[in-house]
Amino acid sequence: MAVEVRIPTILRTYTDGAKAVDGHGDTVAEVINDLESRHGGIKERLVEAGDLRRFINVYVNDEDVRFTGGVETPVKDGDTVVVLPAVAGG
Amino acid sequence: MKISGEIRDAIVAHARRDHPDEACGIVAGAEGSDEPTRWVPMLNAARSATFFEFDSSELLALYRELDERDEVPVVIYHSHTSTQAYPSRTDIGLAMEPQAHYVLVSTRECGNGDGPVEFRSFRIVDGNVSEEDVELVGGTGTVRRDQEGTARHGS
Repeated sequence: MAVEVRIPTILRTYTDGAKAVDGHGDTVAEVINDLESRHGGIKERLVEAGDLRRFINVYVNDEDVRFTGGVETPVKDGDTVVVLPAVAGG
Repeated sequence: MKISGEIRDAIVAHARRDHPDEACGIVAGAEGSDEPTRWVPMLNAARSATFFEFDSSELLALYRELDERDEVPVVIYHSHTSTQAYPSRTDIGLAMEPQAHYVLVSTRECGNGDGPVEFRSFRIVDGNVSEEDVELVGGTGTVRRDQEGTARHGS
């Protein structure tokens, strides 16, 4: 199962500058583990203690996964996964 | 950092209007140009006097639109409503666009009124803050008041 994962500028150092890479897996967590196998270091930027980092947003087909089961959100062939750091501050 | 007076005024007006909550938004520009030309005010989903965060679904829509237009967020702005226009520790820790100009506006003196306002610009790279001069230029900027109305005063 292949999904397209859109990578934000700040994390493209892990993907040799690629804006989008292929990912494999049945859930967001599996896709992130798959990315880590080819783009070492990226997982730590996305998850913390098994959950998405507070200021990292992940969307599957436009839905923020926070509202659809977090990293356990299922993905299927042809889905688009978008990673965007929050724009936030104090 | 060069920015049109018209866009600068629009950002300041946004900050005054939302006081005492923090206002936030971006100014988009063509990728590689470093020219902020299209003002896009955003919703502060936190609706807070001490914190801001772009609404998650608006953030996705924004980045999709930027991609389609070959634009980047040249300026990312927000206001401080009781402190100076200087990046807070939280701002520095959460700054994720090393190529952006981070603009801080302070409404601590003016509130919602016409008093003095601070408008300063910074680079934030790997936790290091460096202030830069702001040069107001005659503008080709687009001030999207329609967007402002939708974003700020929608239901």
